[in-house]
Amino acid sequence: MDLATFAVQLLNGVQYGLVLFLVASGLTLVFGILGVINLAHGAFYMLGAYVAYWLTLKTGSFFAAIIGGVAIAFVAGLLLESLFIKRLYGRDHLAQVLLSYGLILVLDEVRQILFGKDVHSVAAPEFLRGSFRLTDNLSYQNYRLAICLFCLAVAAVVFFVIAKTRVGMIVRAAAENRDMTRALGIRSDRVNRLVFATGIALAALGGIVVAPLSTVYPGMGDQMLILSFVVVVLGGIGSVAGAAIGALLIGLADTFGQVLIPSAASISIYVVMAAVLLWRPNGILGARDL
Amino acid sequence: MTDVALRTTALSKRFGGLAAVNDVSVELVTGEIHAVIGPNGAGKTTLVNLLSGDLKPTGGTIMLGERDVTRLGAEKRGLLGIGRSYQKTMIFPDASVFENVRLAVQAHGAAPLSFMRRAAGETALRERAMLALVKVGLGDRPRERAGALSHGEQRQLEIAMVIATDPKVALLDEPLAGISGADSRAMTAFIGQLRTGRAVLLVEHDMDAVFAVADRLTVMADGRVIASGLPDEVRRHPAVRAAYLGAETVA
Amino acid sequence: MHPVVARASLIILLAAAAALPLIAPTYYLQFGTKVLTLGILAMALNLVVGFGGLISICHGAFFGLAGYALALAAPKYEAASLWLTLPLAVGVAATAALAIGALSLRTRGIYFIMVTLAFGEMLFYLFHDNKFAGGSDGTFINIKPEAMLFGVNVIDLDKARVFYWVVLALVALTILILYLLTRSPFGRALTASRDNERRARSLGFSVYRVRLTAFVISGALAGVAGYFAAAQFGFVAPQMLGWHQSAIALVMVVLGGQRGVAGPLIGAVVVMGLEEYLKGLTEHWKLAEGLIIIAVVLAIPGGVQSLIARIAPERHDD
Repeated sequence: MDLATFAVQLLNGVQYGLVLFLVASGLTLVFGILGVINLAHGAFYMLGAYVAYWLTLKTGSFFAAIIGGVAIAFVAGLLLESLFIKRLYGRDHLAQVLLSYGLILVLDEVRQILFGKDVHSVAAPEFLRGSFRLTDNLSYQNYRLAICLFCLAVAAVVFFVIAKTRVGMIVRAAAENRDMTRALGIRSDRVNRLVFATGIALAALGGIVVAPLSTVYPGMGDQMLILSFVVVVLGGIGSVAGAAIGALLIGLADTFGQVLIPSAASISIYVVMAAVLLWRPNGILGARDL
Repeated sequence: MTDVALRTTALSKRFGGLAAVNDVSVELVTGEIHAVIGPNGAGKTTLVNLLSGDLKPTGGTIMLGERDVTRLGAEKRGLLGIGRSYQKTMIFPDASVFENVRLAVQAHGAAPLSFMRRAAGETALRERAMLALVKVGLGDRPRERAGALSHGEQRQLEIAMVIATDPKVALLDEPLAGISGADSRAMTAFIGQLRTGRAVLLVEHDMDAVFAVADRLTVMADGRVIASGLPDEVRRHPAVRAAYLGAETVA
Repeated sequence: MHPVVARASLIILLAAAAALPLIAPTYYLQFGTKVLTLGILAMALNLVVGFGGLISICHGAFFGLAGYALALAAPKYEAASLWLTLPLAVGVAATAALAIGALSLRTRGIYFIMVTLAFGEMLFYLFHDNKFAGGSDGTFINIKPEAMLFGVNVIDLDKARVFYWVVLALVALTILILYLLTRSPFGRALTASRDNERRARSLGFSVYRVRLTAFVISGALAGVAGYFAAAQFGFVAPQMLGWHQSAIALVMVVLGGQRGVAGPLIGAVVVMGLEEYLKGLTEHWKLAEGLIIIAVVLAIPGGVQSLIARIAPERHDD
């Protein structure tokens, strides 16, 4: 492959990785601080995309879709936490797996009721359409670049919050030793609710941002769920920095896998995951076993 | 000739920058109770974890007799004859008292993971398990749910599990914690009997018990050994008095 | 409940089930077969979840792989040999369980759950994205496998009754195998590892080996279920491998109560029965099912059986 093609694939891989990071960081936060495994995380990604489609249709503005979508997701997260999720704290994983599975069934059917089974496309905002030329034959979509920048901006905010604020300190402590953090009593109802809502909102944001790139379809949540799980496992549960590394790895592995060995592309990421786990059973930046 | 059952040489365990156990060399001799004392955070439990295989050392070696067991995990060490009781009682709470000890015997039996229930082997197993239970004084209540026992009784059960496997080395991590009065004296006397035919490491805070049974005494502080030897010598050691026994009245 | 009561009720249930073909119309018979097949899957899963304490969300993969093994091994317009294809399918499932288990069991707790989910999905995408087995459309098995003995087909799976009885016999066999297994030294070591892994290790049990063995046996049994599920409907699709299949099996395990061998069978009856009933009520039955699952998780930690357990606490036998 020549340099230009390589460059494009590299950019694609990075962009994919950045979106993965967005979604996976929400998942790892929810697990890291709240200790809850949420299988429905992918469903929120999917719903984010559908809501983006609907809002863009109704308001004509993609930006309204972003803001509206995130707001709706955030409020939904607050509601779900106070109704269901908070009953899962401290309960065994099996209960969490099943409850979140039930939630998936519910959310999937809600999508069915509201939006049907149809596949949709969402138009990117005017000024971001088109692409810029890399060479005579290759160009790169403006929108993809915009996604990269946007995700980087969100990532920067997330990292800032984690590194510099009190809430962030709790996140870091919880990633290292959740039981200890809990034992120290550093938790309050409101923080939990906010964390969950933020996690959900991040997933939805991922879906919204991705919507104009390809189609909005019912199964997109499932795929994203598995991928974000792989990213979280790779990076270490609770570690946002780990999620970043994992996301980039997966984004690049999948992109280059599709190009280099298309028939085995679907399993390339799992091969990467298996390899990492053999080396570090708790993920790259996960808590090391004693 | 002293029979050294377990020996560590320059054993260390670091967590990041912190050395929880630093350059510790101790010997456990068969027929002796070797007590390890020290203030909280001295590294006593970490040392026990290193000896039992629950933790892997970052430096140093551990020899079980002639065999280097430094890199072996807890399972292998258990089979080679190192038994351990935990600070926080580790039993199987939902199983019966008898089943707890039976499991210990099963693990050391001929076919611990066999798919078949063999009647002949079962009888021998049962006898060994009951024997251990009787020795610790729980022989009259084998069918009770282990989780329903009192704290002290659970500790007794755990000791039964340890001795049921007839270990060469018994590591006891604060066996008297949470027990007091007559029960404590009974348990101390029992621990004293354990030394027959095996080497016992005893980590304890209860000084009365320690000086009642210890043949050898090691004092740790900040991960290091600050004194080791016969109990009477150690208790007179100036560094020890300063670091640990200082404010307490030792009879 | 008292063991004698439990065993008696189980035998009565199985006897009643055996009599079903004599009174029920074909539709219900086929539905019953489907329930029994999923019951085997759920009981197999329970060896790992209930007795092993490990939450695996990849058993659908073993179920589906066995089905696909039959589909790929079966000639297009002839009957496959049961004697050949069943062991093949079970072997494929067991091998997958060995590979996935060997890797996954190196991880703990939440990682284990996520890793099994990921590997299960890997297999799903392998079959979904590639054409060698029909891709997302799946593959047909046109003729049911036959069991030839001296030139005669001794098990005529074309007859709904025969198929039903074969599966029922397998259910009974599965219960027997699991019962013996869980009471053997191996089974005791497995539950000990579940109840206190550190102590089990300290006693000298090879926890990894015990769990991997349980995982493989469980995968093999799931394969048996998958084989007959595929044979019954004459069709396999990637969904059989998917994590929704695995998750529903998990729901059956929980609803049936995780501590008994036959409990998940009850769970399968409850879940499938519930689905049939809800499907008749509304086209949005999934919503109702999801809400019910949520409600059950919040209300009953131990499943249907724990209601009984609350009345009659379990005796701890040696």
